[in-house]
Amino acid sequence: MILEYFMIFLLVLMLILAVYVVETKDLLAAVIASGFISLVASIVYLYLQAPDVAMTEAAIGAGLTTLIFIIAIRKTERYEK
Amino acid sequence: MAFFTASILLILIGLYAVLVKRNIMKIVIGLSLMDTGVNLLIVSLGFIRGRTAPIINVKDLLFNTSSKVVDPLPQALVLTAIVIGVAVTAVALSIVMLMYSKKGTLEIDEYKELKW
Amino acid sequence: MRKLIAIAFLLILGFFMLKIVSVFPFGEERWGVSRHYVDKGIEENRASNLVTSIVVNYRGFDTLGEVTVLFLAATALAFLLATCKCRKKYERIEASLTLKTASDILYPLLILFGAYIFIHGHLTPGGGFQGGTVIASAVMLMLLSHFTFHPNHRALSTIEGLAGIIFVLIGFAGFIWGGSFLANNILPLGHWNRLFSAGVIPLIYIAIGFKVGAELSGLITDMYKVTKEEE
Repeated sequence: MILEYFMIFLLVLMLILAVYVVETKDLLAAVIASGFISLVASIVYLYLQAPDVAMTEAAIGAGLTTLIFIIAIRKTERYEK
Repeated sequence: MAFFTASILLILIGLYAVLVKRNIMKIVIGLSLMDTGVNLLIVSLGFIRGRTAPIINVKDLLFNTSSKVVDPLPQALVLTAIVIGVAVTAVALSIVMLMYSKKGTLEIDEYKELKW
Repeated sequence: MRKLIAIAFLLILGFFMLKIVSVFPFGEERWGVSRHYVDKGIEENRASNLVTSIVVNYRGFDTLGEVTVLFLAATALAFLLATCKCRKKYERIEASLTLKTASDILYPLLILFGAYIFIHGHLTPGGGFQGGTVIASAVMLMLLSHFTFHPNHRALSTIEGLAGIIFVLIGFAGFIWGGSFLANNILPLGHWNRLFSAGVIPLIYIAIGFKVGAELSGLITDMYKVTKEEE
């Protein structure tokens, strides 16, 4: 039962972070927050009994995607007008 | 049910960023949020309460397996979709970098050549 | 005004999506074709990890198409960035000694861990895709900490092509000796829960691991090199 409440807390955390990602003007902060969303999603996948998907999401969503976004931001500009 | 609602809300927030935001980088971030939402929705459709993961590593699970494990098919679909997602995001970002090198701005209103 | 229209549209869309999804009750049994995969999977493939057995064997053709999409995306990215005149002035900042030493130690260990993940793909969680990603993140760590580190591009594309050819050849071997494309009866199946078991599944997953690792490493190197040229 405690686990289910914890999962609901994680889902709400994901939604709050998603709203922050959309509304913030700093693109670097948005990218870091979306990497954090992927990390939380991989914990949720563990609760849903999908260890394969959890591994993939943790390695790709939180690692590689964040890096290629940061490279692209370094090439362009950091703040949204 | 909370899982379905949360993943649909995640898809909608990503779609809102795609529809409303004027910054190209923000649109790509919105697409990757939608990706996470769709994956979460598909995996939670295959979940069955009180079952274990579909990995048969003890003797007990060998018999009558379909009453002891969750549905592995949605997990197999999502596994490949995540890897595709990162490659597609990389292509989108390289297009963004190319566009920035032509005009020096990320605002999508500045790119008028395709309008008619 | 545009925001309000977008929000109204999203609310309607969300209502209908929720309506469709609420037909399926959360957390209850609804088996389709995967009941066969679960009940007969051990008997037919001997792979302990049922997800691997589906990804590589039952839906192996799907995986072949997916690996092709990955290859196309990497090629398109290299082509697009070759035409990019992305130049901007940055000063070089040398990485600290701690970061350099730690990544020197971690680099071989991470590659070993990736290889462990995809060799044991049919026994434990993980497989070719996860192992390949871990290898790519090892390359990423080295790129971030050493200016002089430069993966051999020709070797990466050779590994990539060879792994793809091996996947297709195993599929055709099944076609010739087993009766159907990617059939899993050309090698002995072995015993359940052993490393040498499950027929061709470990071979295909090792090929996928090499292919995904080489492809993602090349993709990161391509993207990073464009930023690196402008000093």
